[in-house]
Amino acid sequence: MSEIVVRSLSGWGGTAPSRARVLVDPTVESIQQAVRDAGSRGVIARGLGRSYGDPAQNAGGLVIDMTGCNRIHRLDADSGLAVVDAGVSLDALMRAALPLRLWVPVLPGTRQVTVGGAIAADIHGKNHHSAGSFGNHVRCLELVTADGSVATLTPDDELFWATVGGMGLTGVIVRATIALTHVESAYFIVDTDRTADLDELMTLLTDGSDDRYDYSAAWFDAISTGSRLGRAVLTRGWLARRDELPPRLRREGPAFDAPYLFTAPAVFPNGLANRVTFGALSEAWYRKAPRHRRGEVQNLTTFYHPLDMIGQWNRAYGSRGFLQYQFVVPFGTEDTVRRIVEQIARSGHVSFLNVIKRFGEASAAPLSFPQPGWTVTVDLPIRRGLAEFCDRLDEQVLDTGGRLYLAKESRASAATVACMYPRLDEWRKIRAAADPGGIFASDLSRRLELP
Amino acid sequence: MIDAVGNPQSLLLLGGTSEIALATAERYAGRRRLRVVLAARPSPRLDDAAVRLEGVGATVMTLPFDAADTASHPETIEKAFTDGDIDVTLVAFGLLGDQEKAWTDHATAVELAQVNYVGAVSVGVLLATALQRQGHGTLVALSSAAAERPRRSNFCYGSTKAGLDAFYTGLTEALRPSGVKVSVIRPGFVRTKMTAGLKPAPLSVTPEQVAEVIVDAVTHGREQSWAPAPLRYVMSALRHVPRPIFRRLPI
Repeated sequence: MSEIVVRSLSGWGGTAPSRARVLVDPTVESIQQAVRDAGSRGVIARGLGRSYGDPAQNAGGLVIDMTGCNRIHRLDADSGLAVVDAGVSLDALMRAALPLRLWVPVLPGTRQVTVGGAIAADIHGKNHHSAGSFGNHVRCLELVTADGSVATLTPDDELFWATVGGMGLTGVIVRATIALTHVESAYFIVDTDRTADLDELMTLLTDGSDDRYDYSAAWFDAISTGSRLGRAVLTRGWLARRDELPPRLRREGPAFDAPYLFTAPAVFPNGLANRVTFGALSEAWYRKAPRHRRGEVQNLTTFYHPLDMIGQWNRAYGSRGFLQYQFVVPFGTEDTVRRIVEQIARSGHVSFLNVIKRFGEASAAPLSFPQPGWTVTVDLPIRRGLAEFCDRLDEQVLDTGGRLYLAKESRASAATVACMYPRLDEWRKIRAAADPGGIFASDLSRRLELP
Repeated sequence: MIDAVGNPQSLLLLGGTSEIALATAERYAGRRRLRVVLAARPSPRLDDAAVRLEGVGATVMTLPFDAADTASHPETIEKAFTDGDIDVTLVAFGLLGDQEKAWTDHATAVELAQVNYVGAVSVGVLLATALQRQGHGTLVALSSAAAERPRRSNFCYGSTKAGLDAFYTGLTEALRPSGVKVSVIRPGFVRTKMTAGLKPAPLSVTPEQVAEVIVDAVTHGREQSWAPAPLRYVMSALRHVPRPIFRRLPI
């Protein structure tokens, strides 16, 4: 039964919470009605809340909690097409699809994101250089637009591409048709390389070997300086064919083991993420990786989603919360990447959850984040000096023609983001035509002056 | 919106010529493009304040505001919000004046109470409504260490600030369910034009130092702050000094 409750909402970083009325367990009809009745503060959809900042919250307004809209309507083993409600999580979709030997073509670092959120953020995964971002695999979507009607959009429509990566600001996605890929197993054949420093990692990623792998990403050390700066563990691979699996695993049908250890309680003090703890963790994580290993069979959790084993791991950052800083800079600006990694290591702001990856071709969506180049991600606990530090990083990213990811960022200025997204005005025109009254609004849209 | 690291985009300064208010605005303007609504009685000082803030890159709208004229407040506050959400509102107006005249001259006494206390309550109620509608924001109220215990030297001023302090402290609780934050700031002696000519008390601060306390309080959600911070413990001790001793202290 649809009902409205008042909730304090924030992103995964636990920062800048705001209070809104939340429509829980909506139906398409109740969503349409809510949009028609929208007050001056507007409406925004919310999925599983894995964006780090404020795109899925709306101070003083209405938020539609789409997680209750989670039916899988059709899964066709031959065509690979899945027709799902927007609130279906990628985890649920994977579990339903695997027995049919179907695979979600783009998976981010957690499976706890909704299909609607995946489209609205145009998420990417370890296989971006080979498969592009999520929007490339959407064949059709149904969107509740500003007048309360349901629009059926395909990649031929410009509103479709404004919705992909549009952070929910073109309407409420209620249903989508995704083209899943055919697979023979849920295991990966993985090559691992542990590098002594950042330069060795960049060499491995530019010597042509990376294109042999469908999936590739590296964890790197963001705390060590000097000769160990940016030492990394690069893991790359592809989904195993049945004949690549050992006999023991070949017998099972595709299924994956997703162990769930525990949920972090909400009692962590601030300051646990510091040089001592994260320094030790980084050292241990680096040492545990083999120097070189080839052709290892790994399951999904090991290769892709280790963090999903701990529920609400973000609580370990305490009540002050943290932010995730993810940027992309073009190929050829490797010295900027090196300089930024060095600045982070010297800054006193400590990060453990770090990733570097090569991006492939950009998507057609005007607000899509990935562009060809290097993407770097770090998690930084909120502490004194972080605001100014991130502002300085923004300047460098902008100067080299790079940008930030709207699904992660929570503190950039409106002016900076406008410069980072040259197609923003194009997107604004499409959005204004679809939503002239500005019904769809979020804390993000207000903060970044998007509409 | 105030972002994840405490940067606001818009400010309302009630008492737009207050040096503390302007120092706070300048601090914020250094971080992000800021939209400031400066509310004060029209005067050359208000124009200078607008120019000063425009000089640091802020977009400024001046709004005529008379703290004593409470009947005009509803319209003024509504005008303050016409250009959009206000992230941080600062209640920074107040009179100090001649403290001996303040208890011997009827008109002076009434004006002091009207501006400092009634005016503060009046805007407080209106801001609470506006901020609740907006669903977010921080209301900063400039109280004073003088609010904590009446002293012979400034009990008239102190009593008006005591009333303001109690009102905004209570408002903090009343607004808690709505997500709107309130922050009460208690500076000691601040070296400004308001205190020009007076002998600075120990632990005195500059407007910039008070601004730093305000920005810190807003960023970290602190509901009660002192400027300078050690004043908290000084006042706590002073509050419990027995009256026969307290009245002889040179404060």
